[in-house]
Amino acid sequence: MKKSRIRNIDQGAIMKLNKILKNTLLIVFACFALSACATSKKTSGQMQGDVYTGTDTVEYLASGVPDRVFFATNESVLTTASRETLRKQAAYLRKNSKITIVLEGHADERGTREYNLALGERRANAAKDYLMTYGISSDRISVLSYGKERPVDSGSNPLAWSKNRRSVTVKAN
Amino acid sequence: MKILIKLIIFLIIIPSKSFSFIEVDITRGNLNPLPIAVSPLSIDENSRQNFEKILKKENIGDEISKIIEVNLKTSGLFNPLNKDAFLQAPDIANLKPRFEDWNLIKAQALITGKVSYIDEKLRVEFRLWDVLAGKEMVALAFTTVPTNWRRVGHIITDKVYQRLTGEKGYFDTRIIYVAEEGPKTKRIKKLAIMDQDGANNKFLTLGNELVLTPRFNPTSQMVTYLSYFRNLPRVYLLDIETGMQEVVGDFPGMTFAPRFSPNGKKIIMSFAKDGNSEIYTMDLENRIVEKITNHPSIDTSPSFSPDGKFICFNSDRSGYQQIYVMKSDGSNVKRISFGKGLYGTPVWSPRGDLIAFTKLHKGKFYIGVMRTDGSGERLLTENFYQEAPSWSPNGRVLIFYRETKTDDKGEGFSAKLWSIDLTGYNERMVKTPTDASDPSWSSLLSN
Repeated sequence: MKKSRIRNIDQGAIMKLNKILKNTLLIVFACFALSACATSKKTSGQMQGDVYTGTDTVEYLASGVPDRVFFATNESVLTTASRETLRKQAAYLRKNSKITIVLEGHADERGTREYNLALGERRANAAKDYLMTYGISSDRISVLSYGKERPVDSGSNPLAWSKNRRSVTVKAN
Repeated sequence: MKILIKLIIFLIIIPSKSFSFIEVDITRGNLNPLPIAVSPLSIDENSRQNFEKILKKENIGDEISKIIEVNLKTSGLFNPLNKDAFLQAPDIANLKPRFEDWNLIKAQALITGKVSYIDEKLRVEFRLWDVLAGKEMVALAFTTVPTNWRRVGHIITDKVYQRLTGEKGYFDTRIIYVAEEGPKTKRIKKLAIMDQDGANNKFLTLGNELVLTPRFNPTSQMVTYLSYFRNLPRVYLLDIETGMQEVVGDFPGMTFAPRFSPNGKKIIMSFAKDGNSEIYTMDLENRIVEKITNHPSIDTSPSFSPDGKFICFNSDRSGYQQIYVMKSDGSNVKRISFGKGLYGTPVWSPRGDLIAFTKLHKGKFYIGVMRTDGSGERLLTENFYQEAPSWSPNGRVLIFYRETKTDDKGEGFSAKLWSIDLTGYNERMVKTPTDASDPSWSSLLSN
């Protein structure tokens, strides 16, 4: 008899505690959400928006000439940073006029296979078009889409996906 | 008026079946599968020994009945009863079942049969009985080469399924798919083929080049698929019987997303060039190519309606991936998906009434179906990642593939084939020796 009463009291206390916890948690969550909104437009770790800005996976065609550019989810628009990288590549290719390249377009795993093949092709062509406006002949560029078949990062998280949405410039000769 | 005509037809055709015999309703999720007894097919000692020599199976009658049992159970519509409870011996049951005995173990239907070795051939006869009515529903016999024994089990299942549900079965069929091995970043992919129940698995390519999206010709044992042979992604044709391969989409760019037309005479596919994917058809006889879509957006994943008059496809012309339907000449393009989220991989049902699709919404992937005008959207299954539904030839079951999330270290990845009923019930993993993706269901091998 006594035991059960104690249990009842305990449960009441726990319920109250739960309520308090819930409320404070809600407030904490609200704060978190606000701060997340505030920072998401700026750099959060290695991403800006959801475009990768880190250098983990980047290789170099020559000193100071990164080989790849990154894209936002479902996008093929070149960011300011991507355009800068491609201008460096164009300068390098103008100096080394015998080099031909393959632009390999990729997508992350969060899409259907066939659409991603088309998306990879579209991304690689965005890079190609930009290189062409900086004087690289289309004869020197071929395009190859891998869709989501060749991720660089096998993780199933937003950072990994951002590394995988890319167009990589590869020397073909 | 139409309904009245249908009703009259129904009354004329159906009564002989429905009033006296059992029937299985496959239009609803079946929570009460029909109890069915599959008596082992009887076999005489001489035949048994001959088949043991040829097929290395101790009792081929037992083996065939096991195939039937597994098929029936997998369909989710039947509940094959435990053989230990059977009172009647197989040979006598096949001659004249004692219905009281079968009734006692609550069997509503009974399958009996007999296997014999005749002129180096396998002869199988089978009967389907309605236990409650005490009547024979089907009686058939087949003669074939002994190595075909598994197919005999599948054909018998098809006959039983058809007699009890009123619709054609899907058991004497095969699945072509992509077998996967190795880490996610360096996945090795091979074309593979197996019977619908997972038996007779065979690899068709060696894995030297990336292969994707194999699809059966609905009228023959031809397959079209995407291969990265020599790093040139192109649509290929493969004859499964001869192993002959040829490139069909040799355009100056990437060709992908191939499927056959319903009569098997054309291939419809995407061709990507300069950042734009359009849909084309190629006539396999005269190699004439026709451009079907003309839009600066991505147009891909085309699939014909079974009458060949329409094409459903995937396009992002509205800004994001959605499903569209057009006439087969490319005119009258209409968007049909309007729900929340992105839609991809539309596939027209062989019955013509539905389109199956993959939907991505709030970080989840769904396999669903909608009517061909986009109404009546129904989501069948939700998961972290799954896509690419393919219809069973009777349009009652979908097979698709599902991938798991990797952990913090990027490990723990797997890809498997799954099947689910149109009703959303009976979701099952289809066993494959390796990881698997991109399944395509063949039409019935025999009719």
